[in-house]
Amino acid sequence: MAAVLDVRHLSIAFPRATPVPDLSFTIEEGETLALVGESGSGKSLTALALMRLLPRNARLGEASRILFSGRNIAQLPEPEMRRLRGRDMAMIFQEPMTSLNPVMTVGRQVAEVLELHEGLSRRAARKRATELLDLVRIPEAHRRLDAYPHQFSGGQRQRVMIAVAIAAHPRLLIADEPTTALDVTIQAQILELLDQLRRDLSMALLLITHDLGVVAQWADRVIALYAGHKVEEARPQLLFGTPAHPYTQGLLAASPRLRADYHYSDGPLIEIPGSIVSAVGEKGCPFAPRCPVARATCRTAMPPLLPQGDGHFVACPVTTLREAPHGHSVGL
Amino acid sequence: MSRPHLTLVSDGLTLPPEADAPASPAPAPAAPAKPAPAPLSAWSNVHAADTIRATSAQAQLAPPDSRRALKAFLKNPTAVTGLVFLALVVAAALAAPVLYPDDPLAMVARPLIWPGQDPDFPLGTDSLGRDVAAGLFHGARVSLMVGLAATAIGLAAGTLVGALAGYFGGRLDAALVRLIEIFQSIPSFILLIVLVAIAQPTIATITVAIGLVTWPTIARLARAEFRAIRAKEFVAAAKSLGYGHTRIILREILPNALPPLIVTASVMVASAILNESALSFMGMGDPNVVSWGSMIGAGRELLRTAWFLTALPGLVIVFTVLALNLIGDGLNDALNPRISAER
Amino acid sequence: MHQFLRLSRVLVRALIHAVPTVIGIVILDFFLLRLAPGDAADVMAGESGAATEETMAALRSRFGLDLPALDQLLAYLSNLAHFSLGYSPRYNMPVSDLILQRLPSSLGLMGISLVLALVIGIALGVVMATQAGRWPDRLLSVLALLFYSVPSFWIGLMLIVLFSVKLGWLPSGGAGSIGTDATGLAALLDQARYMLLPALSLSLFYVAIYARLARAAMLEVRSQDFIRTARAKGLSPAAVTLRHALRNALLPVTTIAGVHLGGLMGGAVVVETVYSWPGLGRLAYEAVMSRDFTVLLGVLLLSSVLVILANVVVDLLQAWLDPRIEAAS
Repeated sequence: MAAVLDVRHLSIAFPRATPVPDLSFTIEEGETLALVGESGSGKSLTALALMRLLPRNARLGEASRILFSGRNIAQLPEPEMRRLRGRDMAMIFQEPMTSLNPVMTVGRQVAEVLELHEGLSRRAARKRATELLDLVRIPEAHRRLDAYPHQFSGGQRQRVMIAVAIAAHPRLLIADEPTTALDVTIQAQILELLDQLRRDLSMALLLITHDLGVVAQWADRVIALYAGHKVEEARPQLLFGTPAHPYTQGLLAASPRLRADYHYSDGPLIEIPGSIVSAVGEKGCPFAPRCPVARATCRTAMPPLLPQGDGHFVACPVTTLREAPHGHSVGL
Repeated sequence: MSRPHLTLVSDGLTLPPEADAPASPAPAPAAPAKPAPAPLSAWSNVHAADTIRATSAQAQLAPPDSRRALKAFLKNPTAVTGLVFLALVVAAALAAPVLYPDDPLAMVARPLIWPGQDPDFPLGTDSLGRDVAAGLFHGARVSLMVGLAATAIGLAAGTLVGALAGYFGGRLDAALVRLIEIFQSIPSFILLIVLVAIAQPTIATITVAIGLVTWPTIARLARAEFRAIRAKEFVAAAKSLGYGHTRIILREILPNALPPLIVTASVMVASAILNESALSFMGMGDPNVVSWGSMIGAGRELLRTAWFLTALPGLVIVFTVLALNLIGDGLNDALNPRISAER
Repeated sequence: MHQFLRLSRVLVRALIHAVPTVIGIVILDFFLLRLAPGDAADVMAGESGAATEETMAALRSRFGLDLPALDQLLAYLSNLAHFSLGYSPRYNMPVSDLILQRLPSSLGLMGISLVLALVIGIALGVVMATQAGRWPDRLLSVLALLFYSVPSFWIGLMLIVLFSVKLGWLPSGGAGSIGTDATGLAALLDQARYMLLPALSLSLFYVAIYARLARAAMLEVRSQDFIRTARAKGLSPAAVTLRHALRNALLPVTTIAGVHLGGLMGGAVVVETVYSWPGLGRLAYEAVMSRDFTVLLGVLLLSSVLVILANVVVDLLQAWLDPRIEAAS
């Protein structure tokens, strides 16, 4: 399979901080890759960097390569980049309540993409927009076309956002916390829809989330991000079965509902002590200040990401040197 | 909106030192005036302590905040420029009787000396031989006085109406809001003309009239502030202490409603000065005093030949009004809660 | 269809809301008229030269001026209901006719000024917002503050000095060339030449207001999520600004434009006297000078009603711009 997206040495810097120092990963055609991490891990920034929609004061490092269908778009001039956005790569955002223009009908907001990228006439775009709203299962799409966003529920608005995103058949769809703001029951429906569209349209899906439950159910591959560093990468079964990095282990321990045998009365909710802010300006492994097994060497240099076999990569020399990298041994 | 006192009453934050002696038998100055009967003294003590905590903590915290605002204000180049400009105008107004002790309306030289022609009259003379510079200096007195006094009247009337409407709500609020709406629908300058025409133009009537046409702006703002603050915990606490409405309005709410009113007041002074000059320009000013607007009105007759007579007083008006607007912008930056919250 | 229904509901609600305000203004107007020194009898007596006590009394009873205040108010109201604002002895015609005669040129001046102010102000505000913090923004901000501080009558006079006296390009006053029989485009151009300076003088202050407001609104809107969505669609910056940001930013600008309509009317009075523009403002000025309070208060009443009507239009405009505004029953 060909890589739709091949990111190499991505670095994102602000005037006073570098939240993503050096990140590499790929997404294959038709694959769902999940980027997991708590807020501040740089996952949303990474998504914006791929779309080249970073805030004005953020800079991409010179060594950054973003190969989209084999073409490096990291330094692509803005006019050319605009031809890719919304057509070849699209994005949906966390806040469906505010991500749609409140004074424009949803039909126009979908049709706008079609007129721009597919060169459709206003009329044809309107017809196609109805089909798209139908596709994302907005009931009575032809009647809802002229309604405004405030007349839709949160879940429906996110469906409209998805319709906007898939309107021009993108090869890559980036979904940044697409269900975080929604009710639990709606969450599953939206993810189901995204997964089905991914298969039907053979898109690659980059799913950005902090919800390990979502990852376990929908991702083909998972990358755990901590302070902009990839600390672990694996298939979900592997990651949840034998998490190797102390951070991933901590994350899993803090998500009790992933363990089938867990009952809330079994013990207190576990949290990883400290916060991600403590990583700012650290030289070595960013997790070291919060890590229960950190050694002196962890604080001097970032450990390399090493293959553990079966597509499992881990950036921790302490847990991988031991024979059995089990979550329970760390005891977070 | 972050206001320092809001968290103080309900929770047990660290008490300021002087409030640490609630058990002292001496009645606290802030305690309710009505002495509590003996069996209830324990309770009244608790209340008194709360009162002290609320008021003194407020008093303790208020200065650092206003000091912070003042610091931000003085660091702002916009505000400082405005202050310097305004200081020059105030200095001119104060110096006028010293530099030009004679009546600025008196003829002192031959008419229509251009600026720079005669060193005795650096800004020239008008068609009646009156010294333009003397007029400008004395005009500063009139403009500043009318501006400040009219704003004070508008501020007082507007705050009163806004406070009553916002604090009491209900039917009174509905009626007062309608009153505000009526006055805001009437073009204020036309109403001003009518009022001055009815009352005969003197400095006093003009000042009162300007105050009367500008109060609705303040009233709207004050009403919004009072409505918002009325719902806060410390007001409920003050009510539970049995304070009267007057005390709550004046001592509890008003100090907290002031910042946005102050910002608006500085711009109101500017617009009062503009209103006075427009009135005087149209020949509806006090004929017995020299005002920048009346100088422009007089100079207008000679616009084709001696345009400096129109230009100079206008420049002075622009300078003064600009100073006040710069100060207003600076105050807004310093007191605007949204910006300070971002810092 | 739904849009039309919604807008008509908003219109009805705004009109109903305006009624008590209009009544309040009428009553205020009546009491101001009573406060005014001298009544119609005095004016008429003054006009005719000499009058005895008896003739004055006769005049008063003929015009109902000797009735109690309440009866007079009712009489005033019933006159208003018949669109009668009283009679001006000085102009020897009904006040309402006098005002209607002057109304079009005032509305023209204010309309053009408002359009100028909105177009220039919003354009400047958009430019300032896109350049926020850089030198064009700073320069325009200072300029806006300067415009905000300039008396309209003074800038009017200075424009006359520059464009009429020194350059001789534009007329210094009046509303059209006298004695020309130009028609069509030529007549329109001739009118435009007379209109330009007064409209510019009147709009400058409002250009400053709308520019500052539009800048703030654009900056506010620019940070919203839906702007990011629009960019993620691949829209050009111009399309993002004009199609998505501007319409949202216009909402606060229209609100404030409504608030300032009264001010614009007042400003027109001063500017009309500068340029001898034959409008309502000029009429008000003449009425003050001749102490004709019936005319003066007629102007006050009518201009207030105009402001109220204009605010109804603003309500409608806002509802049209913002689909979230629903008419509450």
